Amino acid sequence: MSKPGPSSPQQRAPKGMRAKARPADRIFLGLSTGSAASIMVILAGVALFLIIQAVPAIMADWQNNPELNEGPTSGYANFWTYVGPLIFGTLFASAIALIIGAPIAIGIALFISHYAPRRLAGILGYLVDLLAAVPSIVFGLWGIIVIRPFLLPLSDWLNTYLGWIPFFGGTVSTTGSTILAGAVVLAVMILPIITSISREIFLQTPRLHEEAALALGATKWEMIKMAVFPYGRSGVISATLLGLGRALGETMAIALIISPAILVSVRMLTEGENSQTIAANIALNFPIATTLQREALIGTGLLLFVISLAVNMLARIIAGRAGKSALKKRKKMLAQLPPSDPSTVLAVDDVLAGRATAAQATTGAAAAIDGDETETSKEEREGNDA
Amino acid sequence: MSATISPTRQPTGPIANSLTSGQLPRFVEWYVLAGSLALSAVLLLLMGFNIAGWLVLAAVIYLIALGILSIVVENRRKATDRVVRGLVTVAFLLALAPLISTLFTVVANGIGAVNWNFITQTSGSTFNADTLEVTQQVGALQAIVGTLIITGIAALISIPIGILTAIYLVEYAKPGNWMARTVTFLVDVMTGIPSIVAGLFAFSLFTLIVGPKAFSGFSASVALSVLMIPIVVRSCEEMLRLVPGDLREASYALGVSKFSTITKIVLPTAIAGIVTGIMLAIARVIGETAPIFMAASFTDNFNANPFEGPMQTLPVMAYTGYKFPGQDIAASNDSAWGAALLLVILVVILNLIARVVAKVFAPKGSR
Repeated sequence: MSKPGPSSPQQRAPKGMRAKARPADRIFLGLSTGSAASIMVILAGVALFLIIQAVPAIMADWQNNPELNEGPTSGYANFWTYVGPLIFGTLFASAIALIIGAPIAIGIALFISHYAPRRLAGILGYLVDLLAAVPSIVFGLWGIIVIRPFLLPLSDWLNTYLGWIPFFGGTVSTTGSTILAGAVVLAVMILPIITSISREIFLQTPRLHEEAALALGATKWEMIKMAVFPYGRSGVISATLLGLGRALGETMAIALIISPAILVSVRMLTEGENSQTIAANIALNFPIATTLQREALIGTGLLLFVISLAVNMLARIIAGRAGKSALKKRKKMLAQLPPSDPSTVLAVDDVLAGRATAAQATTGAAAAIDGDETETSKEEREGNDA
Repeated sequence: MSATISPTRQPTGPIANSLTSGQLPRFVEWYVLAGSLALSAVLLLLMGFNIAGWLVLAAVIYLIALGILSIVVENRRKATDRVVRGLVTVAFLLALAPLISTLFTVVANGIGAVNWNFITQTSGSTFNADTLEVTQQVGALQAIVGTLIITGIAALISIPIGILTAIYLVEYAKPGNWMARTVTFLVDVMTGIPSIVAGLFAFSLFTLIVGPKAFSGFSASVALSVLMIPIVVRSCEEMLRLVPGDLREASYALGVSKFSTITKIVLPTAIAGIVTGIMLAIARVIGETAPIFMAASFTDNFNANPFEGPMQTLPVMAYTGYKFPGQDIAASNDSAWGAALLLVILVVILNLIARVVAKVFAPKGSR
């Protein structure tokens, strides 16, 4: 591990012919290996320091502790009864955001990859990526003065006619600071991440599959159902999970828009019965908290870390599995083939090569969106091809 | 034999052109769109007009009308196809609405607050002893300086680590090496760390090292670095992988050492993409609110020392201006919008730089 790469072939080369191993080489190798190792150290550090800070509050006796019995943490039997409703609120808000946002995001991805004119597609993709560049605090302020009043008539309507559904029950908020408003803003914020990954995946669909479907007389939508969706399913699922991860950790939009209460409530249109999320709860209470209360908040942050880590890992594993299952399928398909038909073997190779690149694209694009450089990297690629 | 077939084959009227019959005319979608916009406008004029309602109603009428028309003239499958095409387009327009609305709102609300004084003054109140008047001064200088210092330090930490890690992954690690695989996985996972958790990490770290009340700009920089490193690694890695292997092999064939090959051949080839990625990474973290709020807290005082005391930044100023307004609530809100506008301008500038760099410094001959 300490000396990977071509240093070994160099040593095997006859004397006098190998490149001089200068000290700069060794230092540089050490530096870059050290940097790579530091990534592991940082991630371990994040977990470690959060645990160190959180343990006193998690272990504390919440009922008899004077410090925990006042302010934001008063009235809870222990850490878990405090954090339970918060976890519910986090998952609930993210779930609504995902239900609103994911179908739209996938629709946009389809529009850009298969419906928009080829020349416009790049620009349209860039516009959606711009959404990712807007700071979350700006979305929060925008939510306060635009989305809140915008949703009021809709909230009234939902409550009047669909009030018997628990989600829309209760007294309708007059200011609009509801969990629905927060979730709508969250949905806007997760649009670009889901869109750009799904778009990359849809573009990877083998051209032959699409043309085969069209040649059999399928309409465009049938072609998409038969060729594009089955091919991109795992990619879209992991894109959605990454969007979920983003929504789970979003702080400022929720903190600004929702007027919360720490309770388990599925009502989406009320003023004081909005389930609070972990991140927003930390942001709101952190400045006024005492030392032990802060440690309790850090404890809730630790749980948020664990949850979003789990969601992200799941997304990566699903994205990675697409590649592995393709390899397995290759063996199966080859076994079923008549042994001496080179054209079918080639065809299988073709299909699987496409699949493998799609799997790579999933992980690549997933990270790429975090720096919005999908656009540039694509340009670069095209440039290289030319 | 012919007697049994001919009755069914007998044409009953003029023979239809099988290529055009059963199809809607070419520009039917535009006609239907114009019709539904008009119908929606008429309906809403009767009930009270608003733009959002008009567009939404028009879209619904459009989809239904086109679907029915297509079912009648064409067939179910084509009707589904047309409706889906409409739905997908609507989804795209729906995504543009928040983008335009957000930018418009920020500019409209912020433009009143942003002027030369806002940029060059610090906020605070001054007491005039002669007239016994307290004048409230609104300014964002402390926040601008804080933002630049904190983001600058974060960039100084993240860029070397990010680039070196990418170099390790692309140039040094053998494919399948356990460390390379672990690091790649961890970087992917790190991109998903909630920003507030990064803030809590920095706070915990500095509480343990310095003691309670350890708010400082440097602590916020550490928090931002946690968010920024994975972005830099991923974009640099992508760019380094685009460098053709031929270039490296040509260099090795001339007996050039690995270090020189990387610094003189690989990095210059990929530099445009790397700089672009870094600019976009900075643009991403400069707008982070939660981690800075946790780690650097907030203040109205001017503080240019990143190692001591709370530091104000633009996103935090926008947040506190709304959530914890001063006595003059309207003025606080105004300065919050001003800070938000300055932040958006900064992000736009960084994005523009990134695009210009990508265009200007692209490897020669490839365009």
